[in-house]
Amino acid sequence: MNERANPTKKELEKGRRASGFWSAFAHREAWMAGKYLLILMLAFFYLVPVIVLILTSFKTQVQMMSSTPSWIFMPTLGNYKNVLMEQGFTRYLINSLIVGLISTFFTLVIGGLASYALVRFDFFGRRALSFATLLLRMIPPAVLVVPIYVLWTFFRLSDTRLGLIIVYVGLNLPFTIWVLISFISDVPVELEEAAVVDGCGPWRIFFQVILPLIKPGLAAAAIFTFRIAWNEFILALVLTNRLTRTLPVATTIYLTDIGVEWGNITAMGTVVALPAIIFTFLAARQLIAGLTAGAVKA
Amino acid sequence: MARLPISKNLTPYLFIAPAVLVLAFTCVYPVIKGFELAFYEWRLGTPISSRTYVGWENFRWALHDPALFNSIKVTVVFAAVAVTVELLLGLVLALLLEKGMKGIAFFRTIFIIPIMIAPVVVGLIWRYLFDANFGLINYLVQLVGWKPKIWLGTPGLALPAVIVTDIWQWTPFMFILFLAGLQSLPRQPIEAAQVDGASTWQIIRLVKLPLLAPVITVAVILRVIDAFRSLEVMYIMTFGGPGRETEVLSLNIYKTAFMSQRLGLSAVNAVFLLAFIMIFSVAFLAIARPSLTKKARF
Repeated sequence: MNERANPTKKELEKGRRASGFWSAFAHREAWMAGKYLLILMLAFFYLVPVIVLILTSFKTQVQMMSSTPSWIFMPTLGNYKNVLMEQGFTRYLINSLIVGLISTFFTLVIGGLASYALVRFDFFGRRALSFATLLLRMIPPAVLVVPIYVLWTFFRLSDTRLGLIIVYVGLNLPFTIWVLISFISDVPVELEEAAVVDGCGPWRIFFQVILPLIKPGLAAAAIFTFRIAWNEFILALVLTNRLTRTLPVATTIYLTDIGVEWGNITAMGTVVALPAIIFTFLAARQLIAGLTAGAVKA
Repeated sequence: MARLPISKNLTPYLFIAPAVLVLAFTCVYPVIKGFELAFYEWRLGTPISSRTYVGWENFRWALHDPALFNSIKVTVVFAAVAVTVELLLGLVLALLLEKGMKGIAFFRTIFIIPIMIAPVVVGLIWRYLFDANFGLINYLVQLVGWKPKIWLGTPGLALPAVIVTDIWQWTPFMFILFLAGLQSLPRQPIEAAQVDGASTWQIIRLVKLPLLAPVITVAVILRVIDAFRSLEVMYIMTFGGPGRETEVLSLNIYKTAFMSQRLGLSAVNAVFLLAFIMIFSVAFLAIARPSLTKKARF
């Protein structure tokens, strides 16, 4: 269908312009070349800032202070040595990993259960709950930051990784439910009816029929949940201390009152950004599924 | 929507219970607590017993607080300009690059990188690029023959710089949503229009855009909500300065609580932010409801 649409349009255009086959062909080639030029420029615009970050992290103080940017220089690992050898670094990394992985796991399980109930069961309060998740998704972290700081202090959850994990599960649930609802809706209900006939209860159906079928959705939701936990800053800043802080919070240590330690902070920034960049290339398809879920019906 | 027969009365509630509990504890309860806090005078770091009930005093203060009104203005300008530009750019790019591009998947992957990178790191990258002394942007500006500027320290330049950063980070989101939306449009209406001799522009304006409207609505809502939430980039790039030029409401809430240590007043500002988001989203949802309910099946 898609291929058919093009020649039809071409023919019409050709007819209107009453031009020959070759000029239409040349026109099309030029149009295509223009498009590639545009997308190459865009890619350049998108890659340069990231490249600047990475290059700067390999520069000495003197090299980066020059007023003309240098693209070729003698790289140094000094900044990485500073950052990675810094006392707390390993701990911050471990904190980020623990908080990210555990909160992702629980978000998926809890969110999956809720989405399944919202899609497949009729129960009192279903519509209200759907709407509530939609509303809760809109709450800005800044609104939560003060009350959660107060409450978590009261419950002795502040400065603990558990406290941060709970916050991230709550923060990510609405989005996860939103994504998984659209995936569960696509599972043919006949499969579950067959399972019911075979004597499966709802829990077995969920874990053994539904979960394997919505793996792409789970992957997409997992990536985005982990991304929030890995990247989140303001709540982590307020809810952690020297021992429990995560990498984004640790990054801002290099923003000092007397100035920015550019070498160290770009090295740290690269360390924080690297998993995201690698993940983007590894899981582009799941990312797009997650970004477009609920908005575009594929 | 196909649903399973109501099996056991309790089952759906067991499925949703974990999600409801977590959301209640991390979102609903803190928001209620935040409302309560707005009626107290309480300094950060002092015990909870030292807070005093002041009634509507904090609200009265807020209504005469130029900083609050400034923040609201900054937030609205930031969100409106950034999202509008992102919408238009994303739409134009998606329409241009919609079809016939080999390798589009690779470029699309590159465009996702900024979305995945931590906002803290994005702020860092652009603070470096906008640096007055050795930033790439001043270097380019001088190449063209203009005078270098103190981008992040000059009133009238800092907010545009922050907006440019947001546009860099989030235009790909719009682009990807619209690309997916365009690719999932039904072919028949477009082919029918082509057969009828409609021009490319007519097809875009009269066929594609109306069909794409639900996707555009969702994309705009999601982006506006995100724009209202963002504070990390400003925190890193300018910390709200110069003066309060880039102090969005979220950042104001954080600074009022953790810099000025006025928890009650901060809670009032949070109430304003929440009210703004709710009013906007509900209004937008009301307009977009028919298409949304169909997509998300709520």
